[in-house]
Amino acid sequence: MILLEDVSKTYQTGVRAVRELNLRIDDGEFVFITGKSGSGKSTLFKLLTRELLPTEGDIMVNDFDLGSMKRRQIPRFRRSIGVVFQDFRLLNDRNVYENVAFAQRVIGASALEIRQNVPRMLKLTGLSHKYKNMPYELSGGEQQRVAIARALVNQPRIILADEPTGNLDEANTAEIMGLLEDINRMGTTVIVITHSLGIVEAMQKRVISMERGRIISDSGQRTEKRQLSIGPVRTASHRARSRRRPEA
Amino acid sequence: MSTLFYCIKQGLVNMKRNLLFSIASIATVSACIFLFCMFYSIITNVQGVVHTAETTVGITVFFDEGADEAVKDAVRDAVLERGGVKDMIYTSAEEAWNDFKEDYFGADAAELSEAFADDNPLADSDSYEVFLEDIEDQESMASFIAGLPGVRQVNYANTVVSVLKSLNRVISVLSVVIIGVLVAVSVFLISNTISVAAAFRKRENEIMRLIGATDFMIRAPFVVEGFIIGLFGAVIPLIAVYYIYARIMAYFTDWISGLGTGFELMGLIPLAELFPRLMLCGLCFGIGMGVIVSFFTIRKHLKV
Repeated sequence: MILLEDVSKTYQTGVRAVRELNLRIDDGEFVFITGKSGSGKSTLFKLLTRELLPTEGDIMVNDFDLGSMKRRQIPRFRRSIGVVFQDFRLLNDRNVYENVAFAQRVIGASALEIRQNVPRMLKLTGLSHKYKNMPYELSGGEQQRVAIARALVNQPRIILADEPTGNLDEANTAEIMGLLEDINRMGTTVIVITHSLGIVEAMQKRVISMERGRIISDSGQRTEKRQLSIGPVRTASHRARSRRRPEA
Repeated sequence: MSTLFYCIKQGLVNMKRNLLFSIASIATVSACIFLFCMFYSIITNVQGVVHTAETTVGITVFFDEGADEAVKDAVRDAVLERGGVKDMIYTSAEEAWNDFKEDYFGADAAELSEAFADDNPLADSDSYEVFLEDIEDQESMASFIAGLPGVRQVNYANTVVSVLKSLNRVISVLSVVIIGVLVAVSVFLISNTISVAAAFRKRENEIMRLIGATDFMIRAPFVVEGFIIGLFGAVIPLIAVYYIYARIMAYFTDWISGLGTGFELMGLIPLAELFPRLMLCGLCFGIGMGVIVSFFTIRKHLKV
């Protein structure tokens, strides 16, 4: 669960990026945080990943109090969240398998764990057949799927995605959003920061809108799902199912 | 175990990416340790010669002309009473003359004896040679003996020892200055190498932080890199010093044996005795510097 109480962040330059945020996101939710540039979305993202500390207020994420957390506890906290970025942030000198395994290696996972978990994540994200490819040999959508596999491999309770479709075309956007929805269905909380209203409207999830550092609206959780205006959501698992059961 | 291998592998990857800087760092650390080893060898050998000179060359006491046995005995008793004496050997005028003839004329000694007949040119050169327990006491013992009645002259290895000691001091100061400059250059170069490696890995480190890698895991490849720089920087000069010292030793031993007796105290300290010390100092110095400098440099670059 994520809980923000009267959270404000003022940078040293005097810029007040977020103001008196009060927010609660329960386990298993899928939430969009939207707003124009300068609305405070990125600052909120950094506050949730503990890259920044709030100037005022309290932040609780996965039972960690981010404000009073000791430095040595930060790695443990970060293992409970998975992060995905607009620019994928893959390691270009390593192949797909190594990029995903990297997340396991840096937390000291054993070779056996890596051998078990990485292929599972690659299968989930539909990249099993591309495990030897280098990132630059993949499409934008595939690269983002590698990034999602990397974020998921340590089994986080929350996935935080900052403009995950910002560099993707419509078809790949639909695939990535479908994949994130699949992940959410498995019980992982998904928070997507985006300025694309098209995705937000198509997905029909809870939407938190920000403007000038404040939350100006929070739609609450919705269960109804509409057809995506940007195209049907087809994830790797959907495609696999389609291949296994071709329609007559 | 897999974490350890991963860190070692990444340390090697860092070095490979950054090969020129790594080579420059290794070369500087090598130069530093090489000079340290050379100066250390010189200083230790000079100290060895000084010590040998001090312990094997005693204080020689000559008596006033015509001094009788009672005076000589009184001098002996006063010296022994003062204490700190390891040994005291009396050399009569005849023994002194015979030794002189043997040392300087060898085969012609008999001829010389005939020429001088019963005359002893060293008639008043009977002496006591005083060997001390503590060489630090040499100067004060010499002054004490010089003040005793019946003593004409006191000789001791003061001049040689003080020259060697001065030489040692000059070499020590010079080596400290040169090694100090080289240490500063090494620290700068290692730090620069690690900074460049950190810049190469900026993206990777950022991802590692966000994934939940501990500080240890992020720093380890850089510390491994510093360790390897220090290790190579120590091993290369140690191998060079081993062979150079062995050759100098062989050359010096031949030279000393060609000089005849009396020059044994100039022998070099054996390699088997000196090298373990050099190896310990060189490895501790190289690896220690590599690890410490890389640790503190990377600490500066990584913010959680």
